[in-house]
Amino acid sequence: MNLETPSPSRRTLGEVPIWRDERVLRASAQIVSALAIIGFIAWVVSNFRIAAEARGLDLTFRFLKLPAAFPISDPIIPYDPSRSFGYAFIVGLVKTLLVSSIGIVLATILGTIIGLARLSTNWLISRLALIYIEIHRNIPLLVLLFIWYFPIFSTLPPVSEAIILPGPIYLSARGIYFTWPAFTESGRAWSIYVLVGLLVAIITWIVLRRRRERTGKATYFGGVSLLILIFVPLLGWILVPGNPLQINTPYLEGFNFQGGLRFTPEFAALLIALVTYTAGFIAEVVRSGMQAVNRGQLDAARAVGLSYMQVIALVIMPQALRVIIPPLISQFLNLTKNSSLALLIGYQDLFSVARITINQAGRVIPVFFMTMATYLFLSLMTSFVLNIYNRRIQFVER
Amino acid sequence: MKRNTLYLFTLFVLLGLVLSACAAATSEPQDGEAEGFTRGAILSRVKDRGKVICAGRTDLLGFGYLDDAGNNLGFDIDLCRAVAAAVLGDMNAIEIVPIPASDRGPVLQSGEVDILSRNVTWTSSRDASWGNFTIIMFYDGQGYMVRKDSGIETQEDMDGASVCVTSGTTTEKNLAADLAFHGVEFEAVIFEDTASVYGAYEEGNRCDVTTSDRSQLAAVKEGFADPDAHVILPMIISKEPLTPAVPHGDDQWLDIVKIVMFGLIHAELLGVTMDNVDEMMSSDNPKVIDLLGDGADWGYSDLGLEKDALANAIKAVGNYGEIYNRYMGPNGIAFTLPRGANEHWTNGGQIYAPPIK
Amino acid sequence: MTAPVENLTAPTSPGPIVWIRRNLFNNWYNSILSLLTLFIGYFVVTAIFNWVFNIADWRPVVNFPILYLVGQFPRDQLWRVFLSTAMVSLLMGMSWGIWGKLVRPFALSVGAFFGILALLPVQSEILSPANRALLFLNLFLVLGGFALRRFEVLRGRYIAIGWIVAGLLIVLVILPGFRGSAFLPEISTTLWGGLLVTLLLAGGGITLSIPIAIFLALGRRSSLPVVKGFCVVFIETVRGVPLITILFMFSVIIQLFLPVESRLDRLFRALIGMTLFSAAYTAENLRGGLQAVALGQIEAAKAVGMNNVLITGLIVMPQAIRAVIPALVGQFISLFKDTTLVLILGINELLGIGKAIINSDPEFIRLQAEVYIFMAGVYWILSSIMSYSSRQLEAALGVGER
Repeated sequence: MNLETPSPSRRTLGEVPIWRDERVLRASAQIVSALAIIGFIAWVVSNFRIAAEARGLDLTFRFLKLPAAFPISDPIIPYDPSRSFGYAFIVGLVKTLLVSSIGIVLATILGTIIGLARLSTNWLISRLALIYIEIHRNIPLLVLLFIWYFPIFSTLPPVSEAIILPGPIYLSARGIYFTWPAFTESGRAWSIYVLVGLLVAIITWIVLRRRRERTGKATYFGGVSLLILIFVPLLGWILVPGNPLQINTPYLEGFNFQGGLRFTPEFAALLIALVTYTAGFIAEVVRSGMQAVNRGQLDAARAVGLSYMQVIALVIMPQALRVIIPPLISQFLNLTKNSSLALLIGYQDLFSVARITINQAGRVIPVFFMTMATYLFLSLMTSFVLNIYNRRIQFVER
Repeated sequence: MKRNTLYLFTLFVLLGLVLSACAAATSEPQDGEAEGFTRGAILSRVKDRGKVICAGRTDLLGFGYLDDAGNNLGFDIDLCRAVAAAVLGDMNAIEIVPIPASDRGPVLQSGEVDILSRNVTWTSSRDASWGNFTIIMFYDGQGYMVRKDSGIETQEDMDGASVCVTSGTTTEKNLAADLAFHGVEFEAVIFEDTASVYGAYEEGNRCDVTTSDRSQLAAVKEGFADPDAHVILPMIISKEPLTPAVPHGDDQWLDIVKIVMFGLIHAELLGVTMDNVDEMMSSDNPKVIDLLGDGADWGYSDLGLEKDALANAIKAVGNYGEIYNRYMGPNGIAFTLPRGANEHWTNGGQIYAPPIK
Repeated sequence: MTAPVENLTAPTSPGPIVWIRRNLFNNWYNSILSLLTLFIGYFVVTAIFNWVFNIADWRPVVNFPILYLVGQFPRDQLWRVFLSTAMVSLLMGMSWGIWGKLVRPFALSVGAFFGILALLPVQSEILSPANRALLFLNLFLVLGGFALRRFEVLRGRYIAIGWIVAGLLIVLVILPGFRGSAFLPEISTTLWGGLLVTLLLAGGGITLSIPIAIFLALGRRSSLPVVKGFCVVFIETVRGVPLITILFMFSVIIQLFLPVESRLDRLFRALIGMTLFSAAYTAENLRGGLQAVALGQIEAAKAVGMNNVLITGLIVMPQAIRAVIPALVGQFISLFKDTTLVLILGINELLGIGKAIINSDPEFIRLQAEVYIFMAGVYWILSSIMSYSSRQLEAALGVGER
């Protein structure tokens, strides 16, 4: 009985039969598992080599320099079909990054609002938030995407009969056109002022905040940095010749609107579907994070005379964030990964461009591995960066 | 946690075994290794399986679509049926794998299907990387369709227009090349499936122009709510030789599919139809006798086929003209499209096949 | 002033007026919000009702009930589907009898689903009175199975074996059939479709993923670097890429890595993709469950002389699995929703059938809203039932309580 698991100290090669010796077992398990994995990989690779040889598959990346020859809709960065496959891949990546980053920001805002609404003391508002959450958590994203695109965005009126919203914003089957400020010739010079102002404001914030933490005296870091943030660009506006910004109103010419900021129906539908869907999940994350904070803390904070806003900002939020951040990170990653559904409504993201490249260049394996590696890199980078932030939060608050 | 690693590992091996067993269970018995790409491999696979697997489509009227009862129909499907009838003697011994346009290359490269018969344009790069192309069965060219009231007549009129197109096709490349040649700026709206393209063009106002093979444009125009509101522009911007393709590496299978196609073409010239195959067996025309297998060996013994293979194919789906007319002829069940280039060379068309002898 | 956390209501229920005042009009801005919500809500709800009952044209939905349920499955072989559902219903009922509260919500939803289906107010040749009766039979089978609990011979392990046998029979024998058989002719999986495929993929995916997930979770905690490394790389890779790329890999690329003469069924390949994807996520859930098992228990088990295999199998795993059952149900729901993605591979699951129906008639291109909203409704109802059931399950297991 006791021999089954004798203590390691008593166990030597002399006493224990070799097939029961832990070290032997461990080593052999190690070797055999390594062999099994290597064997499996070797089997797969040899199959692949036979297939690749018989069909003359090209496994090199030379094709990346060849002209892609296919168009990409709404390429965002300058692109035309004479550019290379490699560049087309980057266009796809940029489109994925664009929709994901805007989507993450908007989904966080919407999700937080709905999460807070869920906690509202107003019964109607709280129910409304619950209905929203239940709808978006129980319907597949793809169905929502189809609903947003096919019946809604692609059946908006033609450009000549566009719906005009205040702004003016034009809604038509060709997309949403916003009136948008555009840089004039002096815009570049002015944008440097804006950047400098932003930088100085951030540095001021950090320095003054540190000082307050050290000395305990009020340094008004918020107000001071805000002033800098406003003042420096304002100075630039005066110093730069001419008007750096010009309001760019879309106008109808030919088949389409020109000017203004345009969201294509594909982009708008994808963005809305991703944001509303993810917000349903973020709302639940926010709600459970806020509820995780002990109610006694709130009462205590109120008792020592903090205002309601102060209670939220200084007591509830910092603690809730510790609970909220980790699941929030995985929602951000989900949103990024879910953006790959874009190809079904004609928004050409990374995966869509990769799929076309596979077909047009006939290079399955290289393109596929590039795509997988890019997504993996994006995911790992996002979670790496956010995890650093998360660790800081967790550390500071403990 | 020491000893269970051993069990873990055993589990792992078992998992591997199960996986390979799964692969083996669905694989056909083969003697030599790496047989899959050598001469004769596909034919023996098809015979063991009792089915010809064709990559096809289920969403294009006339070429590959479903009837109300869920059966596969269409010009491309019948070509697949002809091969099944020739090789296995049963035109229903087929499996149609519906695939999106962008998967055509990969499924052929992986050898997952025996024949790719899905509106494939034969191009040099596809011939080099996808598989072997057999013989052109449908001569097509790319065209543009616009709304009548749009006022578009030439490419120059398309400046600034939005153009709907399917992804992963020669069409999207031709579009880019043609409009670039005419110095026209345009917005491409690119969808994964044909239905979305025409949905966005007809239902929405997403696009001013849609472009595809002219036969396909003709097919979908028929289906529109108001076909007369649309017009297919007269210019033809590309050659689209639609050709069934087979995987690289098995010459015998390439020859089999090619010769079945030759047979269908010859049968029309020789007046052999699906109804009169048996009577024609006693014809005095030696060419007919050769075609139907009672004359000289047209190569069937070398290809491992029965001598009446072509006769079976014709009996099953009819000759080239019958297949064409069934779907696209004057009384076609899909739509009507004049034969044009798809007439025989003797009638001023381009359909031409090497002799069966 | 409001508090972010809802006030606990008094133990005695106040009158409706008091309730309304307390919950809707407790201060000026809540009053405005409430009135505004009621006002907008009224217009939205009436607009929706008007659309559903007066404007929408439901032909593409109500004309094709069988397509939505089983896709192109040959109509003369439908009895095989009925047989399969009958087996599932009976087993559901019997499981309810044995395991009581744990299974009750699932069993009742299965029964209700078939009951509603049988009474569906649509005209269809296939929904003949006989077939409706067959569908209705499922409801009785659930209840009948439950009634069987009186017989003491029924034991949990028999039911478990019954589930495995039935599952294998359905998937390997009843539905696919055999080549050349007259009684059970072969039905190629390219003909399967609709809700049948959605449920097979979700159910098959979650079932097959659990053993793989156990292996991965244990492997990730293993002290063998090779095993651990393999598991970590596998889990992190799968979790780092979109499901669509994994499905794409299994639809297109896997064929290049298998022996050339082999050809895996397309549906089966989609299933492997779903399974491995789900396994990586389940493994991470399970790892959390494993970590939750108190170390003292393992030491105690060691002290009584159990070896590591016994400890893992009898002490750690049961507790870990019990702890993650709600997460598994959650995983099942998300897998159920994710099955929509296989339409990209040309497999006509529920949403794919919806798309195919839209394409089948040019008139229906104008009726996409109806089809997609119907789809949304179906998915919403089914996954809401599942999440409701999982909450019941959670309560029954006492997992959520501390």
